[in-house]
Amino acid sequence: MREDLFREDPRYKQANKEALLAIGLFALNILWWFAFAYGLGSGPPQEYSYVMGFPAWFFWSVIGGYVVFSFLTWIMVKFFYKDMPLDAATDYHWKPQDRGGKR
Amino acid sequence: MQWEILVVMVVYMAINLGIGLWGAKLNIAAKGGFMEEYFLGGRGMGGFVLAMTLTTTYISAGSFIAGPGVAYSQGLGWVLLAMTQLPVGYLVLGVLGKRFAIVGRKIQAVTVIDFLKHRYESKAVIVLSVMGVIGFFLAAIAVQFIGGARLFQSMTGYSYETALFIFAGVVVFYVTFGGFRGVVLTDTAQGIVMFAGTLVLLVGVFTYGGGVGAVMGKLAAVNPDLITPFGLNHFITVPWIASFWILVGFGVIGLPQVAVRGMGYKDTRAMHTAIVIGTVFTGFLMLGMHLIGSIGKAIDPAIKIGDTVIPELTKLTLNPWLAGLFLTAPLAAIMSTVSSQLLVLSSTIIKDLYVSYVNPNPEEAFIRKVSMIITLITGILVFAISFRPPDFLVWLNLFALAGMESVFLWPILLGLYWKGANDHGALASMISGCAAYLYCHYFWTRPFGTHTIILPLLIGLVVFVAVSKLTPPPRTEIIRKFWG
Repeated sequence: MREDLFREDPRYKQANKEALLAIGLFALNILWWFAFAYGLGSGPPQEYSYVMGFPAWFFWSVIGGYVVFSFLTWIMVKFFYKDMPLDAATDYHWKPQDRGGKR
Repeated sequence: MQWEILVVMVVYMAINLGIGLWGAKLNIAAKGGFMEEYFLGGRGMGGFVLAMTLTTTYISAGSFIAGPGVAYSQGLGWVLLAMTQLPVGYLVLGVLGKRFAIVGRKIQAVTVIDFLKHRYESKAVIVLSVMGVIGFFLAAIAVQFIGGARLFQSMTGYSYETALFIFAGVVVFYVTFGGFRGVVLTDTAQGIVMFAGTLVLLVGVFTYGGGVGAVMGKLAAVNPDLITPFGLNHFITVPWIASFWILVGFGVIGLPQVAVRGMGYKDTRAMHTAIVIGTVFTGFLMLGMHLIGSIGKAIDPAIKIGDTVIPELTKLTLNPWLAGLFLTAPLAAIMSTVSSQLLVLSSTIIKDLYVSYVNPNPEEAFIRKVSMIITLITGILVFAISFRPPDFLVWLNLFALAGMESVFLWPILLGLYWKGANDHGALASMISGCAAYLYCHYFWTRPFGTHTIILPLLIGLVVFVAVSKLTPPPRTEIIRKFWG
């Protein structure tokens, strides 16, 4: 049997997109974490500036990173992740614009 | 020992037993096949429960006791390190994603090894996976039992043996009778306790220290290194800390007890909710607990042993009732981790060994009995190992974590997303990854400044791709089953 004789599960295209988005968010997360921690925190501690009592590097990288990336996660899921049925059958014609996780 | 703490502990243990029994009742009421119910809760998890069980399974004593203990001596830099765990929620569910859930239903997989078995159709891959699960999980569970028992011992004043007996007894009981449902329901309750406990202690410690500004001032006065991202005397180097994005972020996808949750949710709405709640929850616990540990020197600079930092700070800054509530949190963290590991271990023995090779078509009623008996025996076995505890708690735990990642990450990920991944590639990758990890662990701890896990994972990936390309592709039937 030849491989090209079957149609790939139509849900996979959207699922792949979502997985790549998660990886992208991960990369962005690392970048944010790195830039603020070492951008603001590499000098001598005597010269640190402070935000709400925390050293600025800590505030932006750790606390800010937590808030910003929790929010971005919500944005990603809310606007880019699509509901779809999960069951094994593939005989229906699901399209990304369809809503609802149940058939 | 304050009696208030003891009362809270006893009530808490009783509640967990109750929830486990409730899970058992749900199992009996459920209609589907027993295995799918007992090991995967009938694929019926909703969003909140999924988020809680995923994150609490991952978050163990390391984040409540050991991590804050190191943060105490290293300062804010260790909080920076802990934050590399923020992505666990969105990575595991996002990257394994809907394809893992769909494929799991297509092939009716109940365990991660089930998935590998159908994908690679190779006895060698299965045998290695089973050995990996049994070896690493025995170590990991024993470590958690020991940690839990020691904690319980220090809080209640019982002897180590009694503490272990009570603590492990409760866990083994609700896992055996409650199955996956019992585990995820107790996980959810434990997650709520962990969240509340962290919040209470965080407020308590900063209030006691006189506010953020005052605490940071005192910390800098003790040693300015404590408020830098570099730790004590530049202990935390940049390539090393950056590696943690892989070890405790991306690599977590390869942990069987975490990954199996990617097959068990009800629908995509549950998954979406879980990604958001899971990320917010993980971030809060990691930030909160490590921050508490890292400012410890501003509260009490004289604590000697890392593992006692959190209990000491708790007793110092909270009234006894609140302290009791908080001290259930690390216990909850341990229980929620160990219960899932125990279930993965027993499901491996039952589904991937017994049903696959000994008795392929067992009677429904018979497998029900066997599953519970084997789960019980497994629990008792680990209990016995924990009775004479080895010393290196954190070491062994980290070893199990990285070891499992080096074995399972690529076979799961590439098997799911790459049609060309075949059994030879998987096998070669598992062996070379694990061997490279052992080598680095003993002879080359920080290759090019990175953490021990990085090089073995890279080697595993390269070997996987190369060997798969050089050997025949997987059978068309497999591709059709997984992609069609």
